Amino acid sequence: MNHWLTILTLVPFLGGILVAGLGSERKNLVRSLSLATSLLGLGGAACMWLHFNAAEGGLQFVEKFAWVPSLGIDYYLGVDGLGALMVLLTAMVTPLAILASWNVEDRPHVFHALVLWLQAGLFGTFTALNFFHWFLFWELGLIPAFFLIKLWGGPRRGPAATQFFIYTMVGSVALLLSFIALRLATGSFDFIELAGLAKSGVLTAKLQAAFGWKNIALIVFFGAFLGFAVKVPVIPFHTWLPAAYSEAPSPVTMLLTGVMSKMGVYGFLRILLPIFPDQIRQVLTPLLWLAVATIVLSACAAFAQKDLKRMLAYSSINHLGYCLLAMFAATAVVTGVNHSDLQKAAALDGALLQMFNHGLTASALFLFLSLLEKRTGGLRGLDDFGGIRKVVPVFTGLMGISLFSSLGLPGLNGFVGEFLIFKGVFPLAPWAAAISTIGILVTAIFLLTLIQRVFCGPLNERWAKLPDLTTAERLLVLPSIALMFVLGIWPQFILGVVDATVVKLVQQLNF
Amino acid sequence: MIWIVKNLWLIPALPLVAAGIISVNKQPKRKLAASLAIGSMAVGFLLSLCAFAATLGHGGGEHGAFREVFSFPWLQFGGQWMSIGWVLDPLTAVMLMMVTFVGMLIFIFSVGYMAHDVNFMRFFCFLALFASGMLGVVIANNLLLLFISWEIVGLTSYLLIGFWYHKPSAAAAAKKAFITTRIGDLGLLIGMVWLYAETGTLNFYEGGKGCLESGALAQMLTHATIGGMAVSTAIGLLIFLGAVGKSGQLPLHVWLPDAMEGPTPVSALIHAATMVAAGVFLVARVYPLMAAGALVGEHGVPVTTSLTIVTWIGALTAIFAASIAVAQNDIKRILAYSTVSQLGYMMMGLGVGGVAVGMFHLITHAFFKALLFLGSASVIHGCHEEQDIRRMGGIKKYMPITFAVYAVGMLALAGFPLFFSGFWSKDEILHAAHGWSVSQVPFYLGCAGALFTAFYMTRQVALVFFGSYRGHQEESSQGHSAHSHTSSPGHDPHESPAVMTVPLVILAGFAILLGVIGTPAWPWFETYLNGHHVEFDLGKLTAGGTLTLMVSSSLIVFTGLGLGVWLYGKRQRKTAGEQDVLEAFQPAIFKVLQNKYYIDELYEVTVIRFNAFAAWLCDFADKWIFGGAVLVVSYLTLGFAWLYRLTDEYFVNLGFDAGCDSIRGGGGFLSKLHAGRVQTYLRIIGVALVALILFLIWGRKA
Repeated sequence: MNHWLTILTLVPFLGGILVAGLGSERKNLVRSLSLATSLLGLGGAACMWLHFNAAEGGLQFVEKFAWVPSLGIDYYLGVDGLGALMVLLTAMVTPLAILASWNVEDRPHVFHALVLWLQAGLFGTFTALNFFHWFLFWELGLIPAFFLIKLWGGPRRGPAATQFFIYTMVGSVALLLSFIALRLATGSFDFIELAGLAKSGVLTAKLQAAFGWKNIALIVFFGAFLGFAVKVPVIPFHTWLPAAYSEAPSPVTMLLTGVMSKMGVYGFLRILLPIFPDQIRQVLTPLLWLAVATIVLSACAAFAQKDLKRMLAYSSINHLGYCLLAMFAATAVVTGVNHSDLQKAAALDGALLQMFNHGLTASALFLFLSLLEKRTGGLRGLDDFGGIRKVVPVFTGLMGISLFSSLGLPGLNGFVGEFLIFKGVFPLAPWAAAISTIGILVTAIFLLTLIQRVFCGPLNERWAKLPDLTTAERLLVLPSIALMFVLGIWPQFILGVVDATVVKLVQQLNF
Repeated sequence: MIWIVKNLWLIPALPLVAAGIISVNKQPKRKLAASLAIGSMAVGFLLSLCAFAATLGHGGGEHGAFREVFSFPWLQFGGQWMSIGWVLDPLTAVMLMMVTFVGMLIFIFSVGYMAHDVNFMRFFCFLALFASGMLGVVIANNLLLLFISWEIVGLTSYLLIGFWYHKPSAAAAAKKAFITTRIGDLGLLIGMVWLYAETGTLNFYEGGKGCLESGALAQMLTHATIGGMAVSTAIGLLIFLGAVGKSGQLPLHVWLPDAMEGPTPVSALIHAATMVAAGVFLVARVYPLMAAGALVGEHGVPVTTSLTIVTWIGALTAIFAASIAVAQNDIKRILAYSTVSQLGYMMMGLGVGGVAVGMFHLITHAFFKALLFLGSASVIHGCHEEQDIRRMGGIKKYMPITFAVYAVGMLALAGFPLFFSGFWSKDEILHAAHGWSVSQVPFYLGCAGALFTAFYMTRQVALVFFGSYRGHQEESSQGHSAHSHTSSPGHDPHESPAVMTVPLVILAGFAILLGVIGTPAWPWFETYLNGHHVEFDLGKLTAGGTLTLMVSSSLIVFTGLGLGVWLYGKRQRKTAGEQDVLEAFQPAIFKVLQNKYYIDELYEVTVIRFNAFAAWLCDFADKWIFGGAVLVVSYLTLGFAWLYRLTDEYFVNLGFDAGCDSIRGGGGFLSKLHAGRVQTYLRIIGVALVALILFLIWGRKA
């Protein structure tokens, strides 16, 4: 038994304390130390990724100690393909966000410490397997994010931060109540144990016995659903997101969209699907339509935005909508479909790939916006530019690649995930899949409109002297761009690691 | 396995590598960029010849055409591997040769045409990337790999249409092209995942297990879907939707004429010879799916619902676009509508006659249309970027080579009898349409289209090359304006350099010669594609009404040519501003044609308006319905908080306060008792003492 995952979580946590202790005077030291910590985290995550036994696919790097035995609380850590993927994504996005926030001059020690604590919260969330400390980390991620928006955000940061906090808090409270109910009924906080109970069909009966009410399982499910639905977000629980994404400083938005939005999807995959498959099936049709609505409405709303950050924020909702579609469809019990397990596996593999790809691409896009804002003094309206391709060709080219990756161009990373999702979902829920393709079309429309208005046309003379990317900035975006190509051509890099886990998950869901 | 099958991937990979190298080099290395791109195409062409030779060697006999595949595992899901790969068969080989050869000539031409452009390097990078995607489409043995290449082709088309991105019209046209074709691609995507779900594979041919082979087809025929339609038909139509988008068929044709905003070599390569033909190629590739479960017609040509729809769309597009071309004045737009129309013929050929008929026209069209576009590029170059045919005229005198090759292209397109390839390929389509068992209407539509084609090409050539040059008139009439410098003698049209004219001459040669391989007497092309032996038989020229049909189609062509000469050749317009002959004759119809039947306007008020409305609605719903619900909840919370405070202050606190007051009162009273003043204490003690004594004295009596 090793302590790899505990150490991995402790690194950013302690690093954050250290950084905070340096004070606001030694700015460059603060930044370098924060970067070094995040790189250490990246190295640790990469080691874990390389040592992960992909063929086995089950939980690995497990740590389990009795903590509060009387309450059924263990300290229980472990990752499977899903957890490993999310830890890797977190470890990759954080250094980028730290580099992008190099120019934060206002209390940099607090800023960087908060970013590192946020990372620690994310690491903890993606590795914890007992509800008790999982929930602590889940909330620990929320608090730094709140302060980062509240203290360093844009002009309307106050309401945005409050809205973000209250929304997420309401979801968390619902989630907590649901798990207390589960704990009362089963005596366990352990995700794996609960999933086992669900698979054997005992869970619903136990809940009914404990509360003496037939529909209690569905209520408990809705509580947990709300907690994750707010985080993903699922329409109509999403209105905090555009405000939070656009008011947060861009490096924080990178973390919000790149990793924090994945917490919700992760929760669905790790907790909701294995523990409540019966309940999901009971309300499957409305859930599928909710996913379709999330995909289509958010894409349409993005088309109406005039602020680039808000546009990309809605686009983010749209992309995670495909994950929702895949997850809900994968719980369906269908007859008359060839190899339905294979289709479910394809959908879930696609969802996992989409999570990683979206984290990569969306964080890169917000990174480009932060570079743009740095040059324009915060101006980022759709109509504020025009023809800047002429003065910033490298910026245009690289951001263009990211935009095309976002609209799912084959050859770049975004495509394979979406293809697998549609491939898997279509046989399971044909109409939902067919209508969701509208989202793909509208995404193309608004992203190309963005390119047309911002980069093409006659040059807006105001930006005649806009400087192109410096060498350092090019190096900063290069890894993301390179990875977009690599994953577009060789998706097996991720699929090879997560597929065995997905097969296990599908077996878990089938009974 | 033959080495060329194993290494077929090299053909698309070479231009891809060339594009990669060009993209990472700094700007002014023009020679490197051009030679890399052209070199990759030249090597690709040689490899294609090898591939072609390989398919020849095994052709014939009873075993059908040569076909070998190569597959490799690409990705894994659900514990299974998905493999992709490529196929070498006559269809691939023919397309490979055409794309690499025409592409190479167009690349060479571009060296001259783009010589003065600052973004010369980027242009060649995009061209090479395009070639790579197109060749990928051609060799793919897997619908997913085909789709990936197909989208890369779409991307490069987008980049090249918007190459002069500083022009708002170019940027808009690029966007329109990408989005319109993407509408079709969604159909293709759904068709693809459906096909995958039904057959469990996307490989076309896989030793009997592929999705285009009999086992899978039979399985799909037994399943019925909405309206009793066989699944194979539904999938075939969805895939066809992709082809409709890419090949500019009705109703998704609107992007193609606008795509002429790109540099003219791009129009020649992408929007005439290759990319737009990819849709036709796709239908040819999945032809077994389209033809599955056919009731075989009288000439051995399969008739199915999908193929019938392909035929009708093609025939309608052919006549529709040809009629628009009659009323256009932009030299490139005429050719663009002509392309749409010819693509319609190809689709119709596939529908009524099978793969060989459609593909033959695709190949001949690629040569003569590339020739026409490059010829028009040469004209535009010579006339100082003028594209309006009303301001040309008499160019024959200034550009003799261009005129000669353009005339060849024009006659090939018009279908001038016997000597030009276009005649043979178009005639084959009309012949097949004549024998089609479902309806004769497509045949008549095709004949009418042929008449229009001959007419608008004559009109164009007459206006551009004959008469006298009208380019100066405008300038001299507004000579004092900014254009005054162009009226100097140095600005007569001039012939293009050899780097541009040599490719034109080569293309012209093929525009004539290619007809030989597909005449009824020696139908080599058809037998090659189908894997039969070819026999030379002059008798077939006259058998089965072939001769009658040839004569009548020739008559149609001559009528069109004659009308054109009569209306535009004899009576040359004198000035650029003069009204068109047809406009004077039928102003209303001419206006409808000139405005392309107002299809763009129709889409503007329906689709685009609807899209904007949907966006507005979603945004509104977000702000006021979802956001409003949040506001209501938050105000409710605030309201409750306020109410709570009120009850606190006026009910809870009131009782509490009263209690407090009484306690405080009591305390105050008590505190007065021990104020610390000794006199008071003594007084109270005195009074108490007196009272006690009085009590002791009188109290006992009671």
